[in-house]
Amino acid sequence: MKNRSWGFLVGGLLVALLLAGVVSNYASSHPDGLDSSLLKGCTVDADDTIVGGSCPAQQAREHELGDSPLADYGVQGVGNDFLSTGLSGVLGVLITFAIGAGGFWLLRRRGGTSTPGDTATPVEGATPAEGDAATTSRAGTAG
Amino acid sequence: METLAMHISNGIIDGPVAAVFAALALAALTGCVLRGRRDLDDRLAPMAGLVAAFIFAVQMLNFPIFTAGVSGHLLGGALAAMLVGPWVGALCVAVVLVVQALIFGDGGVAMLGLNITNMALLGTAAAYLLIAVLLRVLPRTRAGLAVTAFVSAMVSVVVASQGFVLQYWLGGTTDLGGNLAGLAGTMAGVHLLIGIGEGLITATTVLTVAKVRPDLVYALRGLRSTSAPAVPVVGGVR
Repeated sequence: MKNRSWGFLVGGLLVALLLAGVVSNYASSHPDGLDSSLLKGCTVDADDTIVGGSCPAQQAREHELGDSPLADYGVQGVGNDFLSTGLSGVLGVLITFAIGAGGFWLLRRRGGTSTPGDTATPVEGATPAEGDAATTSRAGTAG
Repeated sequence: METLAMHISNGIIDGPVAAVFAALALAALTGCVLRGRRDLDDRLAPMAGLVAAFIFAVQMLNFPIFTAGVSGHLLGGALAAMLVGPWVGALCVAVVLVVQALIFGDGGVAMLGLNITNMALLGTAAAYLLIAVLLRVLPRTRAGLAVTAFVSAMVSVVVASQGFVLQYWLGGTTDLGGNLAGLAGTMAGVHLLIGIGEGLITATTVLTVAKVRPDLVYALRGLRSTSAPAVPVVGGVR
């Protein structure tokens, strides 16, 4: 991979880590679209536990791995909520990247490096990189 | 009950239907692997990993929608389809869902096939069909790219939500007394609003990548560059 691809990769990962590690603490804690639709018809208490009524979610059961160390986007044993959520997010991004990138790397096409992407991507020349533009204009002035 | 669950929890859909969808999802994902390998080269593989990690991160960011007391979050099918193509894109979303179910206790393990079918397969497929059409019909400018990302993302969320309704019709554990239309309407309405958020996130992300590295946007491959003539305009706007 070229250096620019590494830069993009590292930059993208940093953004993801920041979102999952910090911004996640400011996410809405209301039930999402699916959950809220499934709770329609039931009455719930402050903990979103069903206390009455009839709704699609009333037969919901516990998760098989509800006691896992990162269950519910928190790190077991970390008391501080902010830290717990952020840490679980950071770990989640790293785990997902490791499994995703690792898996895709193993699955990738090997040998034939003459991929259209590497050599002659039509859009590559149009990259609006500042450096390219500057070089071009400087060359223009020089000539 | 866990309050942080984002996906179908255990006990919502009965076992046999969940098993059928698990088999279906497995078969479809195998197809995605076989077809996706053609797209996966040394450069796309790590990018696809990044797309999965990014979707995981943004899925944590529940945003409020206009309805009080309800939030929404990215599903990511359209974003993945735009950036790495439909086959690898579906696999990216599936990786996220598997990690969430096995490590974060989100979405029942027994329900994984249902969740993958809705979000990784249906959502991504609907998005990519729209992307393919819109990119040919709309002007090849950054605005056209933004509209493509927004619309395909919004529609894909609603389609995914109706996938759940179909599953509930087949194997829902609570008898709705024939009121499936009510569930379908509620799901569609809420997810239309969530789709606006999905559309905004998808369009912003795709435009950002298209500006920095247009060669990394799968949907732009094979099309003449949309960004070349439009770049000065965008520079002026931002």
